[in-house]
Amino acid sequence: MTFTETLQTKKFIVTAELFPPKGTNLKPLLEKAELLRGRIDGFNVTDNQRAVMRLGSLAICSILQKQGLEPIMQMTCRDRNRIALESDLLSAAALGIENILILSGDHPSQGDHKEAKVVYDLDPVQLLKTARTLETGVDLAGKKLDGSPKFCLGAVVNPMAEQLDLQLAMVEKKIEAGAQFFQTQPVFEKKLLELFLCKTKDLPVKFLIGVFLLKNSQIAMFMKEKLGINIPDEYIKRLATAASPLDEGIKIAAELISAMKPQVQGVHIMALGLEEHIPEILNKVK
Amino acid sequence: MIITKQKELDKILEKLKNRKNIFIVGCAACATKCATGGEDQVQALSVEMSKHGLAILGSMVLDTPCDIRVVKKDLARDDKAQKAESLVLLTCGAGVQAISSVLEDKELVPALDTMFLGTIERLGNFHQFCSLCGDCIIDETGGICPVTRCAKSLVNGPCGGALKGKCEVNSENDCAWITIYDKLKKNKTGIKKYHNIKNNAAVNKPQKVKTR
Repeated sequence: MTFTETLQTKKFIVTAELFPPKGTNLKPLLEKAELLRGRIDGFNVTDNQRAVMRLGSLAICSILQKQGLEPIMQMTCRDRNRIALESDLLSAAALGIENILILSGDHPSQGDHKEAKVVYDLDPVQLLKTARTLETGVDLAGKKLDGSPKFCLGAVVNPMAEQLDLQLAMVEKKIEAGAQFFQTQPVFEKKLLELFLCKTKDLPVKFLIGVFLLKNSQIAMFMKEKLGINIPDEYIKRLATAASPLDEGIKIAAELISAMKPQVQGVHIMALGLEEHIPEILNKVK
Repeated sequence: MIITKQKELDKILEKLKNRKNIFIVGCAACATKCATGGEDQVQALSVEMSKHGLAILGSMVLDTPCDIRVVKKDLARDDKAQKAESLVLLTCGAGVQAISSVLEDKELVPALDTMFLGTIERLGNFHQFCSLCGDCIIDETGGICPVTRCAKSLVNGPCGGALKGKCEVNSENDCAWITIYDKLKKNKTGIKKYHNIKNNAAVNKPQKVKTR
């Protein structure tokens, strides 16, 4: 089933992130993807995430596509100007990649090529609109295209952000610009999620709520303290005292999904290199 | 005002190895306010260079070294400057190039790096609020420029990564969009307005203005 079709069903949607390798060895990534075959509805392939240079999302999406898996190509505004972005959108379409998740992208100063030129020629709202413009058979220069693409466009939102009203205004702007689905930043906190769901319940798009696999208490502490992600102390305590922190993290992820399941349209799992454990998480979901 | 910072002394000295007859040029405008190329800094550099055995022929702080007319009138006619082999320039890049266009046969050693167009909060405390983009939209963003003050130049709203109102890229900076949002709150439609793609051709380099 294509992701567009999945979005039209009533099923509980599960997507997960895969990280391209730093280098050309695709074996570990493809093995992980194989383990997830039939278990998830979309494979997000990140675009140099955290501004760390890696193999490109487009190439991996194309390989997944050929293997009968449904890729969601992540596309950041960070590194390419409008010519390159439009061109890559057409390239994706030519390779049969329809699903594109559009995001601003982490700033180069947070990555491993800190001296890189910072581009951001378009912002995510403008890039969504650009993709929709290409669908109409013209480009940003107003020139006619010989063959036009068709996309299923997604965007991101942070339900835990400090200024929820501002985030909601962004959601509306992104929907207006062409977003059909949203994948969110990790959510650990029930009350904030409920508020977000309540405020977005009438919007004509699907929200796949971010679920993060915490592999130990150190990463949880880092996310809480350095990234300001609201992780309840209870989880950190459980991870710190567990005989196997990873098993505890898997349990926590499964609990989060089980609790969300009646309320949300789907989840987006971020396992940060531990994608082979996603089936275990899903097996534990009630 | 153009914000500059002084290059490391070692790097300046390296360029001047074995040079005789050095002349130092400062700037009475921006670089003086920045305390990078005023009288004091010209003197200080002169002392340092003498300590390292370099012969300083003379120095001059030009009113506006970025003005070719001033360079021609004040610097080019100066006897010592004429005799000098190398000129050490405590000016911004516009100044260096105004001087290089007039004194074509001199070796020029820029001693400053040119940083940005600055807004002064107080002396020694400068902000970059404008990036000279040639396509101003701040009438619609509460007088705050997202092109410059958002690290990602997002013109349609924030990335969602702000922490306690501060930018995720640099926690010393306020999130431009939270600041804009607070300002526009009274006008609820303000934040939802779509800002079109920027015309970067407005500042294609090199630019020229001729009004006469």
